[in-house]
Amino acid sequence: MSLELFTEGEPIADTKAPTDVPIGERWSERQFRGRLVNPTNRRKMTIIVVGTGLAGGSAAATLGEAGYRVKSFWYQDSPRRAHSVAAQGGINAAKNYRNDGDSVHRLFYDTVKGGDFRSREDNVHRLAEVSVNIIDQCVAQGVPFAREYGGLLDNRSFGGTQVSRTFYARGQTGQQLLYGAYQALERQIAAGSVEQNARTEMLDLIVVDGRARGIVARDLVSGEISTHFADAVVIASGGYGNVFYLSTNAKGSNTTAIWRAHKRGAYFANPCYTQIHPTCIPVKGDYQSKLTLMSESLRNDGRVWVPKERGDDRPANDIPEDERDYYLERLYPSFGNLVPRDIASRQAKNVCDEGRGVGPGGLGVYLDFAEAIKRLGRPAVEAKYGNLFDMYAQITGEDPYVTPMRIFPAVHYTMGGLWVDYDLQSTIPGMFVIGEANFSDHGANRLGASALMQGLADGYFVLPSTISSYLADGPFDKIDESHPAVVEAVQGVQEQTQRLLSINGNRTPASFHRELGQLMWDLCGMERTDEGLRKAIDRIREIRQEFWSNLKVGGDWHSFNQTLEHAGRVADFIELGELMCVDALHRRESCGGHFRAESQTPEGEALRDDENFAYVAAWEWTPEGQPPVLHKENLEYEYVHLAQRSYK
Amino acid sequence: MTATRHDAPMTSSVGNPGAEKRGMNLTLRIWRQQGPTVKGKMVTYKITDISPDMSFLEMLDVLNEQLIMQGDDPVAFDHDCREGICGMCGVMINGQAHGPQQTTTCQLHMRSFKDGDSIDIEPWRATAFPIIKDLAVDRRAFDRIIQSGGYISVPTGTAPEAHATPVPKADSDAAFDAATCIGCGACVAACPNASSMLFTAAKVTHLGLLPQGQPERNDRVVNMVAQQDREGFGGCTNIGECSASCPKGISMETISRLNHDLLGALRAGARPKS
Repeated sequence: MSLELFTEGEPIADTKAPTDVPIGERWSERQFRGRLVNPTNRRKMTIIVVGTGLAGGSAAATLGEAGYRVKSFWYQDSPRRAHSVAAQGGINAAKNYRNDGDSVHRLFYDTVKGGDFRSREDNVHRLAEVSVNIIDQCVAQGVPFAREYGGLLDNRSFGGTQVSRTFYARGQTGQQLLYGAYQALERQIAAGSVEQNARTEMLDLIVVDGRARGIVARDLVSGEISTHFADAVVIASGGYGNVFYLSTNAKGSNTTAIWRAHKRGAYFANPCYTQIHPTCIPVKGDYQSKLTLMSESLRNDGRVWVPKERGDDRPANDIPEDERDYYLERLYPSFGNLVPRDIASRQAKNVCDEGRGVGPGGLGVYLDFAEAIKRLGRPAVEAKYGNLFDMYAQITGEDPYVTPMRIFPAVHYTMGGLWVDYDLQSTIPGMFVIGEANFSDHGANRLGASALMQGLADGYFVLPSTISSYLADGPFDKIDESHPAVVEAVQGVQEQTQRLLSINGNRTPASFHRELGQLMWDLCGMERTDEGLRKAIDRIREIRQEFWSNLKVGGDWHSFNQTLEHAGRVADFIELGELMCVDALHRRESCGGHFRAESQTPEGEALRDDENFAYVAAWEWTPEGQPPVLHKENLEYEYVHLAQRSYK
Repeated sequence: MTATRHDAPMTSSVGNPGAEKRGMNLTLRIWRQQGPTVKGKMVTYKITDISPDMSFLEMLDVLNEQLIMQGDDPVAFDHDCREGICGMCGVMINGQAHGPQQTTTCQLHMRSFKDGDSIDIEPWRATAFPIIKDLAVDRRAFDRIIQSGGYISVPTGTAPEAHATPVPKADSDAAFDAATCIGCGACVAACPNASSMLFTAAKVTHLGLLPQGQPERNDRVVNMVAQQDREGFGGCTNIGECSASCPKGISMETISRLNHDLLGALRAGARPKS
């Protein structure tokens, strides 16, 4: 084991945002200065898009419409299954339809502040600008957003803001937005501009002469390992929350595409920034396979509380009003139950640590709608949250209209991801990263209803515009299977696949995944310490060693083999887990979702250290046995003043 | 917790045999089929100590972990979000699509069963959904139905301001109800004719109720109906098993609306693209 956990390399910087003009003009200026590809030449360019969620689906459709030849890849049977489908609450946009003082600047400000001053101002401002176009586009596609009786769009408020700027489609906003992008994508598939590759998983990136030129993929049905070439590669494979095993991600969500691209040279930024969502259904048993989110929108009307006394195990409805602690309303009078996610989660942990948690194991807090039902009537609550209440009842067997819901934080989203510049290009020229897979817009904490906004901003508007500057140099020289870089990549994938199958030990991939997940949750979860993280790193190295010597995967790779798929993903999660702990260890400050116990205010809030840590940590992969290299991108705040966040 | 194949000697027992039994003991009869062209059969497994709080798929996870450790081939089944929204999961459980409750297989919990039950688990059965392996089927025919017209043609960047066209709330709500279809295929599996009518009708209804969907309304319905016929789905005879088994409760009214739209489109001279 190396004593040195990392070394520091040259700083890195975004050079694409035109900082010589005011922030409100930078995006249009960048588009103007960027180079274009004329429509005739677009037909000669091929772009690979990996993933079909809001980012990948919208990008593939838009690039196809623009006239590029697109190859789209997804691991499920249909692009409509991508996990964006599960997003519940809504999508933010600075439309100011409520006339409540919203603006592009306020959305920009809220997002930078919500991200605890660890995101890039230029990117966030662009996101706020583009947000209004997204709503227009989606409405035109037929996305059935909630409307009012006058026929105009309805809005609601979300955590971390004091305006109503969230557009929604009951509790299924992600589903409806995804179907909009999916239908646009299917239209392009029918038109012949997008080639579809269902049930296909990217297993490596092909880099030729320093440029991303294709991918190695495995057909999950036939097992065939194939190569696909292009002039540019777009990765939109989502987040890596499943490193914790239990999360609100889909079972198949994985880090493989971004991790293998990282091993080919793409820097990985802020891997330790993970979002623990405060309102999820608590864990019930050791067979548990995933966690289910209850939309944050519930905090609009639900009140969070625990008993004032520790160990009070009376049923919720038997605890009188004056023996309840509505701790968020008490601690944060101006935001109350609508504080940002990181704060709501950590306070839930604190009250449970004090022994005041409710439900099995004391790992839960109440989310109570009694007051809302009294105020609005049950039909109104049903109309707003009916599907969420049904889902809760289905999973827990309890009726939330009668008994308060029990909720507990769970891993939900990863703000970290592959490093990209303002053009969304990674450190590998020709490889672009969009949506949750990149790191760019949310800093150390993402606000509710901002993931859908970012995915669609990247896919519909930003990437299709910026990628042309790169492709203006193309099309690039043709390559084929015989190119040494391609041969090497294919062999690497075949060897790893064969190795996973040949160990024939005594533990399943799921057993390793659970162990890794529990370790990450305990030591790199809601609260992190120097000691805990060092312990985690040592333990992960042991797990990795055991994985490669005691794994059991049956069957072969020339067939539909779901255990083999899982094994490959777990191998990557183990490596990523170590980097997350190194990143968390090196960042000796608290910010957003990253809470270091050693760095807190006297009131127990996250205490940033702007003097030493106002930077993006971009990590470079190094060969086995050498510590990763840290490249710092300095963060400067011209428009939003660095300040301690306060939601009091 | 142990799983043993009925027709093979028990090779291992991973649970703690001395521990007091907490959960249910069940007999599972599962369709095993190596690939699309291989003959399949029902195979019986005994599984013990299943908690009523487990989801149905978690029960299958337990079985598969046992099978892997015993050196047997685990049961292939599709699943992803496990929160009832992606539409990836879906099996016939005792002859009912998604089982005894009107929900997705992943949201079905073992409290719907009792100790000693015997459970038959089979894939969706329809010509248009060929079996890939065991319980996993190929549903790409649904995507091809969408490709034939299940969209509004609005290239990125061409949209007018969102408030330019108000939509009556009743239309918007009804469009939403139809748009909640998750494309799982239960309707096809439940239908004696293996018809995809409810799936197609849900999309025709969603887009047809909105002002944005009007310009392509006639072409959409004729092309989507033609495509579902080409895929080999059966005809609709208004039996209603589709809607009764739909985890999202898509209404039979959507089928009436499709028929209405189809008639109107044909009378107006719309014809499917060949």
